[in-house]
Amino acid sequence: MKATDLLRRLGHFVTDRLWRLGFASRFLMMTVLYSGTALRRLHLTIREVYFTGVLSLIIILVSGLFVGMVLGLQGYDTLQRYGSSEALGVLVALSLVRELGPVVAALLFASRAGSAITAEIGLMKATEQLSAMEMMAVNPIARVIAPRFWAGVVSMPLLAALFSAMGIFGGYLVGVQLIGVDAGSFWSQMQAAVDFRQDIMNGVIKSVVFGAIISWIAVFEGYDAEPTAEGVSGATTRTVVTSSLAILAADFVLTAFMFRGE
Amino acid sequence: MTADPPVLIRDLNFAYDRRPVLTGINMTIPRGAVVAIMGLSGCGKTTTLRLIGGQLKPTSGEVRVAGQVVHELDDAGLYALRRRMGMLFQFGALFTDLSVFDNVAFQLREHTDLPEDMIHDLVLMKLNAVGLRGAHRLMPSELSGGMARRVALARAIALDPLLIMYDEPFAGLDPISLSIIGELIRKLNDALGISSIVVTHDIQESLKIVDYVYFMADGKVVAEGTPEDIRNSREPFVHQFIWGEPDGPVNFHYPARPYGEELMEQPSRPRPWWT
Amino acid sequence: MNRAAIDLWVGIFVALGLGALLFLALKAGNLTATDVGETYALQARFDNIGGLKVRAPVKSAGVVVGRVGEIRFDTETYTALVGLNIDKRYRFPRDTFATINTSGLLGEQYVGFEPGGDSEMLKPGDMVKKTQSAMVLEKLISQFMFNKASEDDSSKK
Repeated sequence: MKATDLLRRLGHFVTDRLWRLGFASRFLMMTVLYSGTALRRLHLTIREVYFTGVLSLIIILVSGLFVGMVLGLQGYDTLQRYGSSEALGVLVALSLVRELGPVVAALLFASRAGSAITAEIGLMKATEQLSAMEMMAVNPIARVIAPRFWAGVVSMPLLAALFSAMGIFGGYLVGVQLIGVDAGSFWSQMQAAVDFRQDIMNGVIKSVVFGAIISWIAVFEGYDAEPTAEGVSGATTRTVVTSSLAILAADFVLTAFMFRGE
Repeated sequence: MTADPPVLIRDLNFAYDRRPVLTGINMTIPRGAVVAIMGLSGCGKTTTLRLIGGQLKPTSGEVRVAGQVVHELDDAGLYALRRRMGMLFQFGALFTDLSVFDNVAFQLREHTDLPEDMIHDLVLMKLNAVGLRGAHRLMPSELSGGMARRVALARAIALDPLLIMYDEPFAGLDPISLSIIGELIRKLNDALGISSIVVTHDIQESLKIVDYVYFMADGKVVAEGTPEDIRNSREPFVHQFIWGEPDGPVNFHYPARPYGEELMEQPSRPRPWWT
Repeated sequence: MNRAAIDLWVGIFVALGLGALLFLALKAGNLTATDVGETYALQARFDNIGGLKVRAPVKSAGVVVGRVGEIRFDTETYTALVGLNIDKRYRFPRDTFATINTSGLLGEQYVGFEPGGDSEMLKPGDMVKKTQSAMVLEKLISQFMFNKASEDDSSKK
């Protein structure tokens, strides 16, 4: 392949990505702009909270429990070498509340709910349901997209909190019940070290941002999907891949902002 | 206002990314008429419907619906106009998460403040008109193709439009469903006193029910007339189309180099390694 | 799934989520312990604050009586100026002794108050006069080594 050819391809690739990013941003703006219906007719959004949030409950709770139990085992193994196994509660709680809760819950949410949203909207597009809605003088962004977007934004912090709480419980089970760390110091050290504003609220802020990112990517990929079977399956894959990467990148940026200079 | 025909298309041009799709289209859809737009797949029929519905903007020329130039309307005006149009999509495009009843009630609930018991009566009336009142509890996944299209038709007439557009209403139907749909198109048109545009390539069925036919090929109107004119047309393309001849102005062969030349040369493409 | 059932499930979900947040705030976090309500400000100067951080606790006899509000470097005296927010309920004598301590060998650092015997109390905005800097491990060790060495010297003679 000639060098100029390569260069042209690269150029096409870059402009294509930028064009998509621009379109996605405009799409997000329209979604927010047309959110009146989703808020006024709350049951539209509540229904989507059911599909995104409630149906993700099982995977979130079970994963949270296991992650917490693993943290308990690994944390104990490391801490007891330094003779400070009472700090297990601190380690479990801080890792979950600050990082693992929001991030792992978001990754699970992206693959459970994000992909489902993309597939659903993509199929509605492929079967001309969105076109039909437009021809019936109903704006699909207001009626279909915005409720799903807001449902994701609302569900994510709740799921992340449940994940963290479940994880702490898992760490308690392994650390206190199984290994025999003193329950009193487990909880009291945790309470002394975990700060409400610094740790818990920042974790909540993180998960709200992740929820918005995942929902944005999911509804956009669905809306932008090629209206064919391959198009929809490709869009679903892209949702999971793109939102996972975006979550990790955003997590780095947010962490750098939140916990800088301490 | 009343003097304006429901749809008037003047010198319409449309291009996707500078690739012309429609060139110089002129059409009139009079009140009370069922008009067919026929042609091969990909000749621009569906694009014409989308231009009438305002989902696309013309490159030049104009589409007037009820006297209003569609592409000059703002969002609110366009949405107001669309309430007066019904559209039947190729495979019905029913909302898969709503029941038959809720599908038909969709526009009534979105656009009117009617009480629920009145919506109930209206929906059953519309469903009765297409013969599916008994199916109002079913979900779209439980319907056959022909039934789905009839439900979609009931949904399209929910707000008593002045114009209904049908995008390939006969595609993929068995002969009975096909004639049911054909008859419904005619019957609803006359009963409601509206106009209909039927985009199709099913000649036999549509020639039975329509008043006027536009023939399109390569983005142009190549022939028009009443069904009788079309049947007797000497235009080679129309003749080939009507009688379904495999060869004619529309070639059987995709454009290629001379056969002998191609057979003589070595295969230039290696066999894909995964086969 | 009808609308009432969906509403119920969403209600359960939201209640669970908020419950989890509450659990994190109360059981895992220090929401109940931190915000001591009304506070008044004191100041203290230290030569070296070690690893003291903003929001670190101020303890007297092991009880949390306040929080570190701000930490500044004073360019006139080249010392650290630490602002302390003390719970309104607690008053301390003027000759209170402020030290920077470490909880455990590797734990976090906090400000310790040892009340003196003065009958006059510290007023809001006052400066705590008597302070002791953080113990820096390297200094301690070098001091220890130095003493040991001089002991050895004297015993040889």
